[in-house]
Amino acid sequence: MPKLTSCIFTTHIKQLFILLFASNMLSACSENTSALQNAITFCSESNPGFFNPQLDTSSTTADASAHQIYDRLLEFNPSDGRIEPGLASSWLVSTDGLTYTFQLRRGVEFHTTTYFTPSRNFNADDVIFSFDRWRVSTHPFHDVNGGSYPYFDSLGLKQTIKDIKRINGYRIEITLYKPDSSFLANLATDFAVILSAEYGEHLLSFENPALIDTQPIGTGPYKFVEYRQNQYIRFSRHHEYTLSTSDNEHLIFDITPKSSLRMAKLITGECDAVAFPSQSDLEVIVEREELTLLEKPGLNVGFWAFNTSKAPFNNPKVRHALALAIDKTSLLDAVYLGHASRAKSLVPSASWAYQDDAQEIGYNPVRARELLSEAGIPSNFTMDVWAMPVKRAYNPNAMKMAQLIKRYLADVGVTVNIVSYDWNIFRENLTRGIHDSVLIGWNADNGDPDNFYRPLLTCDAIPSGTNRAMWCNEEYDELIQKALLSDNFEERKVLYKAANKLIFKDTPLVPIAHAFEYQAVRANIKGMQINPFGGIRFDQVERLP
Amino acid sequence: MIKMFARYVNLMVITVFILVLLSFMLPYYFPGELLTNISGIVPASEVQAQALEKAFKLDKNGVQQFLFYLNNLISGNWGISSASQLKLYDEIAIALPATIELVFYSLVIAIFVGIPLGFIFGIKHHNPADFSVVTFSIVGYSFPIFWLALLFIILFCLQLNWLPISGRINLLFEVEHHTGFIFIDILKSNFENQSAALIDAFKHALLPTLSVTIVTTALFIRFTRRSTMYVMEKGYIVAARSRGFTLRQIFFKHGIKNALLPILPTMALQISTLITNVMIIETIFSWPGIGHWLIQAIYQQDYPAIRMGMLIVALCVMILTITIEFISRALDPTKDTAERASV
Repeated sequence: MPKLTSCIFTTHIKQLFILLFASNMLSACSENTSALQNAITFCSESNPGFFNPQLDTSSTTADASAHQIYDRLLEFNPSDGRIEPGLASSWLVSTDGLTYTFQLRRGVEFHTTTYFTPSRNFNADDVIFSFDRWRVSTHPFHDVNGGSYPYFDSLGLKQTIKDIKRINGYRIEITLYKPDSSFLANLATDFAVILSAEYGEHLLSFENPALIDTQPIGTGPYKFVEYRQNQYIRFSRHHEYTLSTSDNEHLIFDITPKSSLRMAKLITGECDAVAFPSQSDLEVIVEREELTLLEKPGLNVGFWAFNTSKAPFNNPKVRHALALAIDKTSLLDAVYLGHASRAKSLVPSASWAYQDDAQEIGYNPVRARELLSEAGIPSNFTMDVWAMPVKRAYNPNAMKMAQLIKRYLADVGVTVNIVSYDWNIFRENLTRGIHDSVLIGWNADNGDPDNFYRPLLTCDAIPSGTNRAMWCNEEYDELIQKALLSDNFEERKVLYKAANKLIFKDTPLVPIAHAFEYQAVRANIKGMQINPFGGIRFDQVERLP
Repeated sequence: MIKMFARYVNLMVITVFILVLLSFMLPYYFPGELLTNISGIVPASEVQAQALEKAFKLDKNGVQQFLFYLNNLISGNWGISSASQLKLYDEIAIALPATIELVFYSLVIAIFVGIPLGFIFGIKHHNPADFSVVTFSIVGYSFPIFWLALLFIILFCLQLNWLPISGRINLLFEVEHHTGFIFIDILKSNFENQSAALIDAFKHALLPTLSVTIVTTALFIRFTRRSTMYVMEKGYIVAARSRGFTLRQIFFKHGIKNALLPILPTMALQISTLITNVMIIETIFSWPGIGHWLIQAIYQQDYPAIRMGMLIVALCVMILTITIEFISRALDPTKDTAERASV
């Protein structure tokens, strides 16, 4: 008996010593323990809706699942936006652009977790299962967890795809109703993830299909381990992952809604990377040696659009003159605080269709005056500039920009009224076309330039409410349509170049800026890249010793 | 004694009943659909809505609904959170120990630092050391706790980079949930980096505990000091001194006991302040306790969680207060109520 007590006593003493030791260790730096090696902590901003981006277009969901848990048939290259092989090792497009054949990668293993052990590797059945889930309304998983697939619904992909056929275990064929050269780009977006058909069956046999989106199984670089709402998401490395090169073992999303707290945790080293650093923190990040600020022009464009359906803005000369009257450089400095690149045309440099030598209208108030008087604009002319009431990356302060424009136009004898409404009413009124001109912008969802050119300026986009210039030009529409039917990059580039020229000549809108996207990481984190085409990626990320 | 016990039990039962009744009524006054407020589920169809109504006895009268609610409360069937769709019982079982942990640390420090200091300077008062402790206690007591916490963060986390800002432990340590008390859980779970995990948990606990405990410690110092001074001037102490006993003898024999008597009821009063402070500190340090959890529930308009969280916190405060009251009363049955109220 005394022996037992003394034994218990020693363990207690030991624990006490550990605690005392702890207080001595206080002055040591915070990351000296070995468990913290080979692990990355990302401070994300909120809770994901599901662990399946098919169901939700929010960036939080995409960050937490799209590139951690899943792979897609195709992937965007984060630096130039070209489409690269993912789970499909190669693909063929028929000459009529209607049939796509994908050769699938062999030997790709699904995650083995505490809740599921796959018995087979990835094959064609998984592709069909994943696509049919959102495509076929009779699919057993179609109505699971809400049954709405916002990205695919908004693009009408259901209506584009005629059939998906399994040719053999590693080859599938997708036929379309009409050619669509952005189809491949859509398959590379965050939303076109590949789920496990075997896991689906497994869940159906347990009559608990809803778990497919909360306890996910995929082929991606990280396995799902645990999720606590408002607190954390844990992932661990998928050791059989073949595409990645990083040695990182654990990935943790520390859910921290407050941007100031995320910043503080980045400074103390509790986070290795943070989501959405605020503009005011950027200086601090640049100043601190232990932090690195990554920046990249985002896939967005902020512009000033004229209502071309309304006199006198239906006159290209007037539009051109107004564009000449403003100095874009000072708008960039004052509104974006230097955190944006100058827009020459619609697409930013992150896109492969970016045209470096696109013509743009410079600042020339003298010429602007001449053009205005040529167009017969009276000297007391008054116009409206609508400034959007909300803050977006592509235009962080439309009101300020409108005030600057007001000053510039006063120099050429034009008086400006600044107009703003509640955001919903603002957009409604824009669609009705009662504005003279508007400061607004566009954020693209995929790397395809069609995602800029089509919604912003084609005739069809007027009723759907994205063509704020109300500009309808047959020649332009033809160019854009032609570009969509072609799958040759060089050929499409030439067509988009012609479209840029048309935009320059006719000036339905003045492109102003492509706002940068930011990512703040600690300096000892290697391989982090901004992914302008969607969710954050950790497959290449690792901690330097 | 038995009579007094019965009186306290009676008080507790009535208060609990009123609390439960209030919490039962809350969802009827929350904005939004009653069904969702109670069940935590937004019904997808009319059929499901009817089924839910039936399951939650909303088709029955108020008394039956209350009895059903009471029954669920007792059986641990507390409903589900509308935000996470998890069982509230489980969520609270995870969050509450974290809060109790913080309350416990702060209380221990307050007792073992505050009371001895109070004794010392209650005896040797009006000297420079006494003045500085009194100054410290006034400053500590009147310091806004959230601001103090922020100052600590700026100094120890952002400037000196010694301590982490948020959470209970670095998320890289996967500590299994056994008791909900982090140190016990670490010692219970088997992983290689146990000592590293303990150090990490200790670092995480340091600032939150310090921020909460400074106010409580300051208060304890003041109360004990004043009480000691008061006791040491009493006639029986003076009489004992005149008989030649040393100060040490008198103090340990008569002083401590009598000086401590008013401390316990003060502690009872302080429990609610302490828990409130802990809940504020939790949100600042993202300490995953019930306060942090409740704030999140409020942001997300998670009415079932708000209702249950408030009830549980209120119950905790009440039970602790009444229990300590009872103990202090039991230890000190002679003291009359009027005098107690004056302390």
